[in-house]
Amino acid sequence: MQQHIVTSYEEELNHLTAEVARMGGLAEAQVADAVNAFARRDVALAAAIVERDQRLDALELEIERAAIRLIALRQPMAVDLRRTVAAMKIASNLERCGDLAKNIAKRSLVLAETDPAGPVTRSIERMGKLVSSRLKDVLDAYTSSELAGATAVWTRDDEVDEHYESLFRELLTYMMGDPRTITPGAHLLFVAKNLERIGDHATNIAEIVHYEITGEELAAAARPKTDALTRAETP
Amino acid sequence: MAAAQDLPEGTPLPHDAQLRPPAVAAHTPVANAGVKIRCDKVSAYYGDKQALHDITLDIPDRAVTAFIGPSGCGKSTFLRCINRMNDTIPGARVTGRIEIDGQDVNDRSVDPVVLRSRVGMVFQKPNPFPKSIFENVAYGPRIHGLAAGKAELEGIVEASLKKAGLWGEVSDRLHQSGSSLSGGQQQRLVIARAIAVQPRVILMDEPCSALDPIATARIEELIDELRRQYCIVIVTHSMAQAARVSQRTAFFHLGELVEEGSTEEIFTNPRETRTQDYITGRFG
Repeated sequence: MQQHIVTSYEEELNHLTAEVARMGGLAEAQVADAVNAFARRDVALAAAIVERDQRLDALELEIERAAIRLIALRQPMAVDLRRTVAAMKIASNLERCGDLAKNIAKRSLVLAETDPAGPVTRSIERMGKLVSSRLKDVLDAYTSSELAGATAVWTRDDEVDEHYESLFRELLTYMMGDPRTITPGAHLLFVAKNLERIGDHATNIAEIVHYEITGEELAAAARPKTDALTRAETP
Repeated sequence: MAAAQDLPEGTPLPHDAQLRPPAVAAHTPVANAGVKIRCDKVSAYYGDKQALHDITLDIPDRAVTAFIGPSGCGKSTFLRCINRMNDTIPGARVTGRIEIDGQDVNDRSVDPVVLRSRVGMVFQKPNPFPKSIFENVAYGPRIHGLAAGKAELEGIVEASLKKAGLWGEVSDRLHQSGSSLSGGQQQRLVIARAIAVQPRVILMDEPCSALDPIATARIEELIDELRRQYCIVIVTHSMAQAARVSQRTAFFHLGELVEEGSTEEIFTNPRETRTQDYITGRFG
């Protein structure tokens, strides 16, 4: 694409994208660290994650301000407008990912005291690695404006959902079998649910990246969507 | 009205039946307004230089269509083809077909003077006649014989000034000179003058470029009101204005129509790279 005639405008847009990429890197690290802190019951790492979450909040605010300023002062059109709006929306999705990672870290602190890492933890860790890699893929697609990368993340959303469902059933069995496992079981369920939600945010980001690049929405109806609730209704 | 200036007062005008839509259609309210102006392979030349290349475009009724593009892209030339203003330029030649309500504007039976009363035009610089506010608006209806008597003429003047959103500001000084008004008021006076002769189409060539933001907002509000009744075509250099006031946008470049579509589509997701480069300020 050609450069803008006004250089400072070009710079502001590039700065916005760079900030989102930076925030993406940070969110990606928070999620990956949260999965590790959880899997290893690493209290120090978990505490560090909780501490670092403020940086994501601050970055989101900064990106939002920069985007609003750009809209007010430059009146971006077409691809520039989509890019600006995408930056804002992605930042808000990343902020949510950060919150969920922080929540996993907090639960890891509790679990470290009550529940030694077992097979369910291994399974959640695998799910966490999957979610982390999806977040990484979609952010790579964003920074390189790679449409195929975004679409690939979007179409593979089911993998995470299926993983979560099987964990849900497994944990339910444990909790029914032994009420003493309910407290750690509930925490583990929330950790898995948080990871599933991070996966949803990665999917959202894939949709935003697709819109930014093409100007078209990815049709939500086109993707088969099944979860525990819909399955429960249809035996 | 540009045409009115060419005519001495009281000149009888030929009946404009050719430009009237069929009697049935004229008073049938159209819910989904159709095509008002149909342009087919319109080319324009100034001497040997071709200024427009095969423009094919439908312009809807009761909507605002914006023409955008860099200077010299042909958008004003094309606008002037619609009411045959190019006839007045020596060496200018137009080919192709332009129909308003199905009537070919270049047909021999069409009187350009009548055409121009049906296709009003508003220019960049407000151009009130050196007459009173009242006379500026009354002039057209009077010479076109639209009013039976003094009372009816006064009614037309009042209604036109009201439609142009100027009545409240000038009702107590109708006999002051039109040029005593501010730039924005003069522009609304010119629009009232255009409306007074019951046009089908209103063409606007950069109507706000000489106005401050408040006067511009008033004109834009007026354009939005008028589009309920008229087919409006506006040429503007302001992307933001095109985005604000129009429903359709056509992008011209080097005498070609590059892209035409709904304004929303053009400004969020244009199909052509040239359109995108222009509206985002990337033109090389």
